Amino acid sequence: MDFISSIPWELIAWSLAKTIFLIFIVVLPMVSYTVYAERRVSALIQDRLGPNRTGMPISLLGAKKDWQPFSLGGLGQPIADAVKFLLKEDFVPAHVNTIYFWMAPCLAMMPALITLAAIPFGSEFFGNKMVVADINVGLLFMFAISSIGVFGIVLAGWSSNSKYPFLGSIRSTSQMISYELSMGLSAVPVLLICGSTSLGHIVDYQGQHGWLLAPFMGAMPGAREILLWIPVLIAFITFSISMFAETNRLPFDLPESEQELVAGYHTEYSSMKFALFFLGEYTAMIAGSALVVVLFFGGWHLPGVPDGAGHGGLAFLHIIPAWIWGLVNIGVFLAKVVVLLFIFIWVRWTLPRFRYDQLMKLGWLYLFEIALVNIFLTAGILAFTK
Amino acid sequence: MAYVVPRPNLTWKEKIYLPSIVAGLFITIKHLKQMLSGQTKVVMQYPEEKWDSHMPDHYRGAPTLVKDEHGRERCVACQLCEFICPPRAITIKPEEIPAESKFAKVEKRPKEFEIDMIRCIYCGLCEEVCPEQAIFLRKDYAITGTTRAEMKHDKAKLYELGGVMDGLVNKWNPKK
Repeated sequence: MDFISSIPWELIAWSLAKTIFLIFIVVLPMVSYTVYAERRVSALIQDRLGPNRTGMPISLLGAKKDWQPFSLGGLGQPIADAVKFLLKEDFVPAHVNTIYFWMAPCLAMMPALITLAAIPFGSEFFGNKMVVADINVGLLFMFAISSIGVFGIVLAGWSSNSKYPFLGSIRSTSQMISYELSMGLSAVPVLLICGSTSLGHIVDYQGQHGWLLAPFMGAMPGAREILLWIPVLIAFITFSISMFAETNRLPFDLPESEQELVAGYHTEYSSMKFALFFLGEYTAMIAGSALVVVLFFGGWHLPGVPDGAGHGGLAFLHIIPAWIWGLVNIGVFLAKVVVLLFIFIWVRWTLPRFRYDQLMKLGWLYLFEIALVNIFLTAGILAFTK
Repeated sequence: MAYVVPRPNLTWKEKIYLPSIVAGLFITIKHLKQMLSGQTKVVMQYPEEKWDSHMPDHYRGAPTLVKDEHGRERCVACQLCEFICPPRAITIKPEEIPAESKFAKVEKRPKEFEIDMIRCIYCGLCEEVCPEQAIFLRKDYAITGTTRAEMKHDKAKLYELGGVMDGLVNKWNPKK
C-alpha cells in the first residue's frame, strides 16, 4: 500500500502525456508534412507546382476512386507516402551484414527523437513544465545523443557491403564528426551569457533579457546586450552551418548526393528501413531547428505574451486564463520552428554542394577557429562590461 | 609533371562566401514569390486545363486514314508507309478492287490496315511518304486503352477517326 502510493503517478501520467503529445501529435506529423512542404517549396522555387491534387487513398480498401470531396491541395500526399512505405516490399539483399543492416535505420531515427526530450516546447500548462525531461545539462544531453546518430550512417554503409554506400557513409562519418566540434564550441557563448546549460533556464534568461539574436525583443537592451550581439551573431552563423552539416543537408549533402553516389549510404535499403532513414533525417532537422530556436530565438517567448503561469507580458492580457497562454506559447515555439524549417528547405534549393576537401577545410580550419575565438571574445566582453 | 591550374584571385567577400549565399537566397525567394502571386504562368494543370483548343497546326497526333468527297477510300495499299514506319507499327494486307466497282481503275485497296498505337511513335513519316494523301496525323494525343488488343487500330477505326477530307489531289480521274 505504501509502495503504491509512493509511485509518482501524476508525474508518470504527465510525462507520458507530454511524450505522446510531442512525438505522435507534433513531431511525426510534422516530419511528414515537412517532406510535403519541401516538395511544394522546392517546386515553387523551380517554377513548377508540387503535388497539389492527392486525395485520401481509400482506393486501397476497395473504393473506385480516391476520396477528395473538396480540393485538399495535395495535403493527402504524406498519407499516401506513408501507405506506400508500409506496403512496399522490404527487400534485404543477400550480401549484407544482417545484424548491422537491421540495426542501422533504428540508430539513425532514435537519437533524433530522443534529443527532443530535453527541449522546452512551451512554458507551463496547468502547473506542469512543457518539457519531457527538464534536466539541467540539457544542452550537453542534446550534443551527446545527436553524436549517436553518426553510428546509424556508419553501420548502414558498412553493412551494405557495396561500393556506393561505403563511400557515402565514410564521407558522412567524417563530415559529421568534424562539424560536431564546431557545433559544440559555437554554443558555448550562449552558455557563458545565460549561465546555465539547462535549456529551460536559457529560455527564461531570454524571456527576461530579450532574445539573444534579437535583443530588442523583450526587455529594453542595454549597452551590454548590444555589444554581446556580435559574438552571438557569429555563434549563430557557425552553429547553423554546423547544424546543416550534422543533418546532412545541402550544401553539405555529399553523403547522399544523388548525382554521384546513387543514393549514398541508404542505397541498399527499401520500404520501411529507407523510410526510417528519410524520416530520421527530417526529425534531426526538426530537432536541430528546435535547438536553434531555443538557443538564439527565445524559445517559446514572444514579447508581450504572458507565460503559462500568467507572469510577464502586457498587463491587460492577464484577463485571459493562464492555460490559454500556455497553449499560445507552444504555438509560438512551433511557428518559430516552422520558419527555421522553411529556411532549411530554402537554403537546400539555393546552394550547390561543397566538394569534399572544401567541406573538411571549412570544418577544421575555419569554423573550429572562429568558434574558439568567439568564446574568448564573449568571455572578454562579459568580463569587462559588468 | 605538376601542372598548376590557374585560379582566379577571390575578393574577401567571395572568400567568406556568405554574401553570395544571401544573394542566391534572394533569387530563389523571388521565384517563390512570383509563383505564389501567379506572375509566372508556366504550369498547365493538365486534366483541368488542356491545350486541345489551340494546338499548333503542325502538331502530330494519332495517324488516321481519310476518304475523299466522292466516298472513295484514298489508300491504295502501296505499303510505302508500312516500310517507312520506324517501329513497324503498320500492317497492311492489299486486295484487288473488283471489276464491277465504280473505282475499278484504281485496282488496289487495303483488305486489312492495322496501326498498333502502342508502337506508333507519332513521327509523321507515314504522312510524309504517302503518295496518295491517304494517311494524316490528327490532333488526338491521348490514345489509351485497357488491353493491348484495344490499342491496335484496324481499318474501320482508322477511317472513323480520319473522316472525310476535301481538296485533295485527284489522281484517278476517269476522264484522263
